[in-house]
Amino acid sequence: MAMTEQAPPAGVSQAAAIDAIVRAFGCDSTRLMDIAQEVHRRLGWLSDASIQAIAAGLGMHVVDVEDMVSFYAFLNRAPKGRFHIRLSKTPVSLMQGAAEVAQAFADATGSAIGATSPDGEFTVEWTSDIGMGDQEPSALINGTVVTALSPQDATAIVASLRHSQQANTLPLFPGAGVAVPQARVASSLRQPGPVLFRPDAPGDGLGAALELSPERVIETLTKARLRGRGGAGFPTGLKWKLCRQSISEAHHVVCNADEGEPGTFKDRVLLTEAPDLVFEGMTIAGHALGARHGLVYLRGEYAYLWQSLQEVLDRRRRSGLLGRDVGGRVGFDFDIRIQLGAGAYVCGEESSLIESLQGKRGAPRDRPPFPTDRGYLEQPTAVDNVETFACVSRIMQSGAEWFAGFGTHESTGTKLLSLSGDCPRPGVVEVPFGITINELLDLAGVPDAAFVQVGGPSGQCVGPKDYGRRIAYEDLSTGGSIMIFGPGRDVLDVIRQFTEFFADESCGWCTPCRVGTTLLKLNLDKILAERGTLADVKALEALGLTVTRMSRCGLGQTAANPILSTMRNFPQAYEARLRPEPYVPRLDLDEALAEATEIRRHPQAAGEERA
Amino acid sequence: MNEDHFSFSLDGVEVTATKGQTIIEACDAAGIYIPRLCYHPELEPAGHCRVCTCKIDGRRSSACTMPAAAGMVVESETPELTADRRMLIEMLFVEGNHVCPSCEKSGDCELQALGTRLGLAAPTQPYLLPQRELDASHPDIFIDRNRCVLCSRCIRASRMVDGKSVFALEGRGIHMRLAIDAKTLDETTIAAADKAAHVCPVGCIVIKRTGFKTPYGQRRFDQAPIGSDIEAKRHSFRQVK
Repeated sequence: MAMTEQAPPAGVSQAAAIDAIVRAFGCDSTRLMDIAQEVHRRLGWLSDASIQAIAAGLGMHVVDVEDMVSFYAFLNRAPKGRFHIRLSKTPVSLMQGAAEVAQAFADATGSAIGATSPDGEFTVEWTSDIGMGDQEPSALINGTVVTALSPQDATAIVASLRHSQQANTLPLFPGAGVAVPQARVASSLRQPGPVLFRPDAPGDGLGAALELSPERVIETLTKARLRGRGGAGFPTGLKWKLCRQSISEAHHVVCNADEGEPGTFKDRVLLTEAPDLVFEGMTIAGHALGARHGLVYLRGEYAYLWQSLQEVLDRRRRSGLLGRDVGGRVGFDFDIRIQLGAGAYVCGEESSLIESLQGKRGAPRDRPPFPTDRGYLEQPTAVDNVETFACVSRIMQSGAEWFAGFGTHESTGTKLLSLSGDCPRPGVVEVPFGITINELLDLAGVPDAAFVQVGGPSGQCVGPKDYGRRIAYEDLSTGGSIMIFGPGRDVLDVIRQFTEFFADESCGWCTPCRVGTTLLKLNLDKILAERGTLADVKALEALGLTVTRMSRCGLGQTAANPILSTMRNFPQAYEARLRPEPYVPRLDLDEALAEATEIRRHPQAAGEERA
Repeated sequence: MNEDHFSFSLDGVEVTATKGQTIIEACDAAGIYIPRLCYHPELEPAGHCRVCTCKIDGRRSSACTMPAAAGMVVESETPELTADRRMLIEMLFVEGNHVCPSCEKSGDCELQALGTRLGLAAPTQPYLLPQRELDASHPDIFIDRNRCVLCSRCIRASRMVDGKSVFALEGRGIHMRLAIDAKTLDETTIAAADKAAHVCPVGCIVIKRTGFKTPYGQRRFDQAPIGSDIEAKRHSFRQVK
């Protein structure tokens, strides 16, 4: 479905327009994500009437459509401004002035942050990291990415949008033809490496794979000791073997491009610089797994890549690299569809991603069954990271031994890392696994980092005494996020941001994550407000461990990592804020009574009291 | 013993199971109680509450969703798991607005009974004091979302047993709420005889004109702690043996 479809002509009722959209997707309820997004694009938001029309078209209950739609941050259930400005809120963006930029947007639009301007033109809100950590402060304006913003830019952008001569009064989307000043994303590949971004012309990985039996392809990956690049590090060869062994009518290849871990943007760069490498890897997987269908789950924040990726897919189809008889192999049919997400970090978790692909809320599944047995449409599915597929192509091009010659024994090959924060040249570097934090900081030109967050909020906060540790699955594992913090940065302020992030992004399905992430935030706040005692720190640690142990999926299981890892590595940061008393109540009596005191001072209340 | 009948161990006790049973089903049949809240024997498990989490061959997983397998080593009543389960119950207490003394479900409430069984004296966590909605529109059924624990039993019962889909979840994270398939409950197809109206473990979905009928001292959990019915089976096995 093209994203650039025109709005329905005047006179056609909304219900008819929605009906046409539902039909365009074959009245298939597993395509509810596309349907909801298309209706959203046409009508600007999802009204109760729209939800009812979608439900009617799909033969679903209204409440079940609502269940899905209400889950995603980018699907508005209330009308918003014609220009919906979503500012990326991360420790890095805030360090680089995002709060001032947000205020400038608020001043220029007349909208408070988190609200819509009285004239209905602008909505200004915060959103989770949009994958632009190398060019913060950044924002999405109706899906168009604007980067490296200053408060002056904000004023200029609003002035320009205000005067844009658009007949369409609906929110606009990428490709709608409105020029947004500063709409640009720098690629920022800082250091190509010897594997993924190798300078020499690569061979034909797909051709080489088609020379081999599917089993041999999988053996080659096992021999290369390739492990998943999303961070968990599951052996790719084993995953594909399990998936292939699963007996089913159909198998599926899914590329996880829901790059939501704050501070990560390497998949964005890979999909910009070398999308063919990724699609080639997926096609090789199609051969290896006996799959005909490939799906790319592209995070909604990266909608701006949609058009260019579709063009690459079209070119590959024209070249016989997708479609029927792929690569000249009669009977090998394989094609790729891109599914756009709609703003939910948890969808990076593979089972949530599969639920979302099926047009449902992105709630994780309990395992077993694993996706390799019952994944997309309850059929065997291999879900792999963007970078993993690129590695597969390279292994097929140059061989398992060549690939395993890079990195460490446990962690072969190279890793793309996204450097951001207090460093002179933020961007993506490709380095062999096993590189120490010290070496990485030298590469980034940072002599004096106070602490480094490795692997995003769900990873580890590392201090100088641990800079000799290595980036590798067997030591510090990361999907690619490296946030660098210089002297003078307060580790607990950063940790507060991360803790809030998890509370915002918890899907809510399970108790420990839904409630626990909010409780972690409230308890941390008590300590940050210098009302905490040693007992509060111990209780916070116990709570964090419970959330870690009892949560259903990786989100909850890692949500306490920022707190737990800083308690280990930076105990002094906590100690400096503690009160000496054995117990300080959560309630501040003066604060709690402030309103009553104020009322009491009010002349009328005072008068009534006298009377 | 063959492929279809096998055994695993739970806290050192040998439990026999049949193929297709989950750990909780096998343990229930054997008269061993694993604390649980969202699980209901007549509904598909959903894995929301995590109270039944056990350490299974060293890894934590919910007993309601994990298929039993031969030779599994399962830990349930360890001090750590009991403390974790108690914290989950505490989380549910502070998440909603649970006022036991004035609640008609008191004494028959699984959340309250689990708090008692797991030794939850008083919450240590801050109350979130959310604003939640009541719905008294239906002639026979009353919804008080203050007491909802988002276990999805009503959702599953309505979809799978009643074939109606009256309930669903809405929103995400701490803002998630129980939604209904209309503006108010009386506009939905729910009836008092529906399974969905009778599976709520707490006082969120209750049948009107039935509250406070059982005198104190005679309510379900006044008689025996939660799980006693399951454990009674084990004692009767022993007596038979």
